[in-house]
Amino acid sequence: MDYTAIWLTIQLAGITTIALLVVATPLSWWLAFTRSPLKPVIETLTALPLVLPPTVLGFYFLVLLGPAGTIGKWWLDVTGSTLTFSFSGLVIASMIYSLPFVVQPVSNAFADMGRKPLEEAASLGASPLDRFFSVALPLSKRGFLTAAILGFAHTVGEFGVVLMVGGNIPGKTRVISISIFESVETLDFSSAHKMSAVLIAFSFIVLFAVFALNRNYTVAGGR
Amino acid sequence: MNSLQLALHLDCQLDHIVARVDFSLPGITALFGPNGCGKTTLLRMIAGLERTARGTISLGDIVWQNGSKNLPAHKRNIGFVFQDARLFEHLTIADNLRFAEKRAGKTGPGIDRHEVISTFDLSGLLVKKPAVLSGGERQRVAIARALVSNPQLLLMDEPLSALDIRRRAMIMSYIETIPAKFNIPILYVTHAIDEVARLADNIVLMDKGRVIAQGPVEEILARLDLPALTGRFEAGTIITGIVGRTDPVFALTTIGLGSQSLTIPKLDLPMGEKIRLRIRARDVALATKEPTGISIRNILRATITEIAPEPDTAFAEVRLDVENQNLRARITRASLDDLALEPGKPVLALVKSIAMDRRLLAAPIERKP
Repeated sequence: MDYTAIWLTIQLAGITTIALLVVATPLSWWLAFTRSPLKPVIETLTALPLVLPPTVLGFYFLVLLGPAGTIGKWWLDVTGSTLTFSFSGLVIASMIYSLPFVVQPVSNAFADMGRKPLEEAASLGASPLDRFFSVALPLSKRGFLTAAILGFAHTVGEFGVVLMVGGNIPGKTRVISISIFESVETLDFSSAHKMSAVLIAFSFIVLFAVFALNRNYTVAGGR
Repeated sequence: MNSLQLALHLDCQLDHIVARVDFSLPGITALFGPNGCGKTTLLRMIAGLERTARGTISLGDIVWQNGSKNLPAHKRNIGFVFQDARLFEHLTIADNLRFAEKRAGKTGPGIDRHEVISTFDLSGLLVKKPAVLSGGERQRVAIARALVSNPQLLLMDEPLSALDIRRRAMIMSYIETIPAKFNIPILYVTHAIDEVARLADNIVLMDKGRVIAQGPVEEILARLDLPALTGRFEAGTIITGIVGRTDPVFALTTIGLGSQSLTIPKLDLPMGEKIRLRIRARDVALATKEPTGISIRNILRATITEIAPEPDTAFAEVRLDVENQNLRARITRASLDDLALEPGKPVLALVKSIAMDRRLLAAPIERKP
């Protein structure tokens, strides 16, 4: 079994999820509360990774993140290394790829909560940041939990984008799905079986956790 | 008596609101008008929750909105009680109160959490989560929480509208003790006249986004030029009386009004207690001579002070002076003619006992210092 690939996958999914929660929260907030006419446009853009073939995403990432691409060139100038075929490049690509899986549960949780508790908190003297941490966050914690689980799991399962952007470099970009592909290509079916079983077990546990969480779902979290 | 002025000068999408609300301190001022005449919006503007209107809002010498300055809600030292209690579902009742206490304003009257808890009988609820509370309990906690935030002004937006009759009466008995106990002015939005009669010292009448009259409740309700607001059916006046003897055989209590008296169905109040009664204009008839053989027990000597015929209807409203208090009668224009009624003429006002609904009884108005 390719333990390096497993560890790399966990690192990639973990970092991607944490970074996504930070980036997606303001976006989800905006989507939940805005009255802007731009909302459907942004909503659509956010959901696009759900339907696009990973190869399409991967292709554009390759163009954008490559040394000749806008982002890739800037990265090369600043850090001196290329984004494509690197772990950092994978994180950036995974964040876009998994974005809808994090944004949707969080923005739904904010929308379920609504403005009312926030207005109440404001009338009691809570500033916007105070309202976010003392009211919105605890009231939406299930949404965040669901988002974290789905974001993590979806990143673990990606293949096409990784192959296009990261290639197959052991310890750097060879995640589980790539490792399985590699094993099959080299006719090492025993390794492929083992790692596939790990992924199936993992996916089952994750989905089970999401369903169990949402079965007892209440806005309050304690009914 | 101190007073505090809330000055509003607002241009909204639909209306131009100009209002100066003078609060007696402490006391309850009712913002009254038919549904959907902009009362809730106005209250939200005062709180800083609706910041779309241009204009000025100031309380005393504190300016909340003026030109480009428009303080957000959390920087205005107000308490807001919504129709729905809006308790924080993730916190216990004690933590809901603590939430408010931690962020309490420094310029308020200095309200103590423990005194609020005992006033609102919350000690048994403190460890509970909001989800297990009844509607009445939730609203009690919501009011208590707003008080604990130590506001300069408490805004209440139809706080009883989601409750049944029994719970309404119960919450009213809590609300009416607030001004004197916590030394705070309340602006109270409602479209229920019985809440005004029971709770308010002053009333601000609104119609179509503008204030059309304001002043002490007794005075405003007696005015004949404002009938449409309370609805002709409910139009009436508030009079103050002293609880006298109760006749146990017929279950009637005497209410003293100066040198005259009324009898109403038995009350469980001690003698000497001051009470407010609301008498609807349509429950008062007029006579020029002492009637005989009549079931109406309450006949008061009165003087006509004003007559307002309603041109396209059969009716006329008559304002009467009874022991220096106002009473309104709604009679036909034909009777007005037959009896040759005119201002200054002494008449007898026949009041149906049944018109004095116990539910409309206000508690002692001793809170007026």
